[in-house]
Amino acid sequence: MATNSVTEDCEQLRKAFAGWGTNEGLIISILAHRSSAQIKLIRETYAQTYGEDLLKDLDKELSSDFERVVVLWALDPAERDAFLANEATKRWTSSNQVLVEIACTRTSHQLLLAKQAYHARFKRSLEEDVAHHTSGDFRKLLVPLVSTYRYEGEEVNMTLAKSEAKILHEKISEKAYNHEDVIRILSTRSKAQINATLNYYKNEFGNDINKDLKTDPKDEFLAILRATVKCLTRPEKYFEKVLRLAINKRGTDEGALTRVVTTRAEIDMKIIKEEYHKRNSVTLDHAIGKDTTGDYEKMLLALVGHGDA
Amino acid sequence: MAEGKKTTILVERGKKLNKEGEKIMTSPEECEALRKAFSGPHGVEEKSMLEILGKCNPADLTTFRKKCPYIFSEDECGFEKWDSLHMKFFEKEFLRFQRAVIQWTMHPWERDALLVRKSLEEEPPLYNLLIELACTRTSDEFLGARKAFQCLYNESVEEFVAVRVEGFQRRLLVALVSTYRYEGKQVNEAVIKLECQKLGKAIKINENNEIEEDDEVLRILTTRSKHYLKTIHKRYEEAYGSNLEEDLDDIEILKDTVNCLCAPPIYFSEILDTAMSARPTEHEKEALTRVIVTRTDVDMKDIAEEFNRKYGAPLIERIEAAARGNYRDFLVTLVKRGLAN
Repeated sequence: MATNSVTEDCEQLRKAFAGWGTNEGLIISILAHRSSAQIKLIRETYAQTYGEDLLKDLDKELSSDFERVVVLWALDPAERDAFLANEATKRWTSSNQVLVEIACTRTSHQLLLAKQAYHARFKRSLEEDVAHHTSGDFRKLLVPLVSTYRYEGEEVNMTLAKSEAKILHEKISEKAYNHEDVIRILSTRSKAQINATLNYYKNEFGNDINKDLKTDPKDEFLAILRATVKCLTRPEKYFEKVLRLAINKRGTDEGALTRVVTTRAEIDMKIIKEEYHKRNSVTLDHAIGKDTTGDYEKMLLALVGHGDA
Repeated sequence: MAEGKKTTILVERGKKLNKEGEKIMTSPEECEALRKAFSGPHGVEEKSMLEILGKCNPADLTTFRKKCPYIFSEDECGFEKWDSLHMKFFEKEFLRFQRAVIQWTMHPWERDALLVRKSLEEEPPLYNLLIELACTRTSDEFLGARKAFQCLYNESVEEFVAVRVEGFQRRLLVALVSTYRYEGKQVNEAVIKLECQKLGKAIKINENNEIEEDDEVLRILTTRSKHYLKTIHKRYEEAYGSNLEEDLDDIEILKDTVNCLCAPPIYFSEILDTAMSARPTEHEKEALTRVIVTRTDVDMKDIAEEFNRKYGAPLIERIEAAARGNYRDFLVTLVKRGLAN
């Protein structure tokens, strides 16, 4: 991996835009191999040196899926989450899981940074936009999920795990999926506590909670509940599924593919790849290679291999 | 020679002898000052105690005890016994200054985290205290308190609150402690107009329980920025002729929420007045320390102005009348400092 200085990186990027056309390969070779901290430095230096925002130049010079993956990658993680969350509220449909994904797979600190970035960019809070663009049961679940600042300790209270597993089981049996206690448990308890509760649930009642939440495959609220559980307890499995569906879908869901790759490249891509290989008998790289082309494909593959080497 | 001196001193002080012929060192005025020093309502007058008690001989103390029948009750045992209720009161009042010092020196995050904990551990719970904390602090101040709460108690504020309340109270209070409001001044007038209409419709037409069920009222109050809410408060009054908190008067936690978000000085001046009123509860009394300590560097000027306007007396004057000793001096110093800011 090249270890240019920040100044060299800026010069190279500037060169990549110069003249006719754009040297996409150069852009990929630099940006895909820098951490978000390094990219932040590059953006600052680029702005100081050339008086322009690197992101704006990328936006001008690149297009379509390739542009989106590069620009998303070049944003810092908090800005990226804020951007994706805002997009999700504007295009919100009841099948949209992006808000759950961001609220539940990030650490409390990462989610807080995203909310601060959201204030700075959109001059509103994430909570108010999510609340405004959702309604009914979805609002009752999503607003607390994006608002919460979860305790991140590993301690578990087994008595509580038992009693709350019983509550969940009771409400699910009564089909009271939107009950305030279901929402309370999923939106306020720490991830460690929720894991303990759901393990007890499985041991005591025989099924994974998500199996019991699958009673109506068409019910979109149940789908969001299942996504919530999965994101909180097994994010790598959640992301594997999103990737699998995005790739297998007729025509590929580039939005989802780009989103997962750019948001997880620095976090847990290695584990997601392992999970993908386990589930799909081909590697993620192979699947992406088969399903995408050109610079978009190259950038995705570079990011998917970001942590390696 | 010494004998003559003693008589002169006695004559100079105009001291009397009591019924039993014993010498008394204190005057009736001093006795009264001492009684006042022991009687609050806020704090104790340490100076009087130092000056007068030291002079008291046993006869003085007997006189003092007999002159304060609600502090000392004449017992069948044949002596004036310290009344146990007043003893508890006295201990508390002696500590009032100490508690003010602790609150003042404590990091605001720790202070607010402890207050959050207290608000729902008390019986009956102090919802208005929780609302005050969640709504009058800036987003980052309250976030700090949430972090401190996690450090101190190994759980989040959200968990703590959610499990102790139900129904409408849960929906409101959990949202209030969770939200991370935008703190800027940017607002969208078109949206405000629309949401003002929504509030008007929900509040003017409905019964209380329907207002509580109205998702939009909850959404607007628990997610919009403070600047936005202050603007909507104005528009509401212009449109409907009454103000939001009047119309929500029957639902106390909603009224307190609106007050704390839209006009903290009004809210604070009200609880200050209650704290210094004739018969406040202990919690209401504690608001005196809490408000002065937490607002002196924030909006003391506005609070004092509102207080004066509403109750016809300057805040400092009321504090000087209600509080004693070091406690009084400490509060007055803080208020003066807040006014000078």
